[in-house]
Amino acid sequence: MEAFTIHTGRAVPLRRTDVDTDQIIPSEWLKRVERTGFGAGLFEEWRNQPDFILDRPAYRGATVLIAGENFGTGSSREHAVWALQDFGFRAVISSRFADIFRGNALGNGLLPVQLPAAVVEALQAAAEADPTLEVTVDLGAREVRAEGLPTASFDLDDFTRWRLMEGLDDVGLTLRNEGVITAFEAGRPGRLPTTV
Amino acid sequence: MGRTLAEKVWDAHVVRRAEGEPDLLYIDLHLVHEVTSPQAFEALRLAGRAVRRPDLTIATEDHNVPTTDTLLPIADVVSAAQVETLRKNCADFGVPLHPMNDPDQGIVHVIGPQLGLTQPGLTIVCGDSHTSTHGAFGALAFGIGTSQVEHVLATQTLPQTAPKTMAVTVNGALPPGVTAKDLILAVIAQIGTGGGQGHVIEYRGEAIRSLSMEGRMTVCNMSIEAGARAGMIAPDGTTFAYLKGRPHAPTGADWDGAVAYWRTLATDDDATFDTEVVIEASTLSPYVTWGTNPGQGAPLSSAVPDPASYDDPGLRGSVERALAYMALTPGTPLSEVAVDTVFVGSCTNGRIEDLRAAADVLRGRTVAPGVRTLIVPGSMQVKLAAEQEGLDAVFTAAGAEWRSAGCSMCLGMNPDTLSPGERSASTSNRNFEGRQGPGGRTHLVSPVVAAATAVTGRLTAPADLAPLAAPGSAAPAL
Ligand code: SF4
Repeated sequence: MEAFTIHTGRAVPLRRTDVDTDQIIPSEWLKRVERTGFGAGLFEEWRNQPDFILDRPAYRGATVLIAGENFGTGSSREHAVWALQDFGFRAVISSRFADIFRGNALGNGLLPVQLPAAVVEALQAAAEADPTLEVTVDLGAREVRAEGLPTASFDLDDFTRWRLMEGLDDVGLTLRNEGVITAFEAGRPGRLPTTV
Repeated sequence: MGRTLAEKVWDAHVVRRAEGEPDLLYIDLHLVHEVTSPQAFEALRLAGRAVRRPDLTIATEDHNVPTTDTLLPIADVVSAAQVETLRKNCADFGVPLHPMNDPDQGIVHVIGPQLGLTQPGLTIVCGDSHTSTHGAFGALAFGIGTSQVEHVLATQTLPQTAPKTMAVTVNGALPPGVTAKDLILAVIAQIGTGGGQGHVIEYRGEAIRSLSMEGRMTVCNMSIEAGARAGMIAPDGTTFAYLKGRPHAPTGADWDGAVAYWRTLATDDDATFDTEVVIEASTLSPYVTWGTNPGQGAPLSSAVPDPASYDDPGLRGSVERALAYMALTPGTPLSEVAVDTVFVGSCTNGRIEDLRAAADVLRGRTVAPGVRTLIVPGSMQVKLAAEQEGLDAVFTAAGAEWRSAGCSMCLGMNPDTLSPGERSASTSNRNFEGRQGPGGRTHLVSPVVAAATAVTGRLTAPADLAPLAAPGSAAPAL
């Protein structure tokens, strides 16, 4: 996983609430067995419509998505995160994320930044007024900064922050505790179901 | 202080707890399907890792499978390759698989309970958000992404931060004709699609206790539509009666031991929830959605809402957008909305009880001309049971199509899709834009409303159908 420490990039505002993962990447794309190449399917339906904001020349190359409330609701498809990353996004800012989407993003190093609705609104307005606006997402300081706006702090627990900044994947970390897992397994009652 | 059902199950599965870190939870059962697993198995392969507990893992093919001609190869080459990949992965890693045409194949959330693998007190995960279904048994069951699928395959554990708890108490008895689906659609409309975020919901109260296991599964299934991490119902006599004798249920002394333990799981009287919601069952009626998320629902007897009646500009905008997508005019009675497709199936409403309910409405009636009606059992076992009861004959006599088991039109990864502009009444769980096919419009309904809608061609509650002629009486003059 690519480490995330600090990122500065242009931002694109997506003024829609409850953006579900079916919109982020339609189910037709889920048939693929690879992990890459999903950027072409990102917001596929909306990108077929004229003047969708992600396709405006001024926002090409933006790396921070400023989304409406309840982003990533719906299906558990991690393909949604892969599509955002493949398209070039490093961070998504919203006033609320759906739980599974947030977990998937954190597992892949796409930073979900939760900020109060008024702050998100101000960022959206600023990015609308000036598509060249650069937004800095600083994980070390847990801050979002953009010229002309007050610095905004966001929450993220120390452990997750450390894991993201080191670019460590969970499986390797968990396997450091293999002995504890084995001990736990030894204590499970024999009547619990098995699939074989 | 007392603990809730969710807290008891959580505590019993903490493998490791460290200050400032998520708890490491042991996972008792991992359900796998073809869509969210290929990249996880591939990652194991690249890292040279094995599946730690294939005996706690089970796979099935559901999302991509066609529901006709299932003995032929899958025509869609990309779908076929994904199903083939699952077969290879299961063979390579020793994971038991129920492939297409296997008697135990079906939608992953239908087969777990049916096999008796879903039991109270377990932790259950699957790379699918509707894993919340299994909470109906008092299991802590939640959906995960593909990286987490890989994590569970490799370690049989998952790092998780403890959820908050929410009680949704439904007092009193559901009025006649009001089903579990109406109940959960009403709950989601009340608390909103993000209302359960970060919470495990426990459904309580008389109306919940009176539900069958099928009804409880419908309710828990859609917890994710309220944004909740999971939904749960305390196990009771209904749960134990459903499980007894199922292939993987405990037997003999183990059964007695299990039941004794299961009885201890109920939320303690002095436990507290972070959030509480109370609903009076008597206020509920058949519910349908009019918008493009499951929270945008209303009683079938009401009308399409007017965006102007929303004060919040954000909300108003999303209602306007939803009505434009759905091509609905504010003020139109919902019972006048005409559909061209009816879908009965999915992990929400594709179990035998759902099919019986739909068949009871369709028996002796016919589907309106031009309405394509698909009846898709949730599993091969459901299909078999329905055929033994003669339900398939009821459906086909009415003019509906009787299909084979799978997810089908719930998400349209197989050939069962809506065409652009087509409108469905669907017993599934998501009415997102394009969910059932690009440009398709979905109204979420219960199985009985779906069946009644098939008869009239517009959103209809069974109570509003013309009564059938009494058996033996002369046929009505045409
Ligand atoms: S029936 Fe629908 S919601 Fe259920 S598992 Fe299949 S696709 Fe997902």
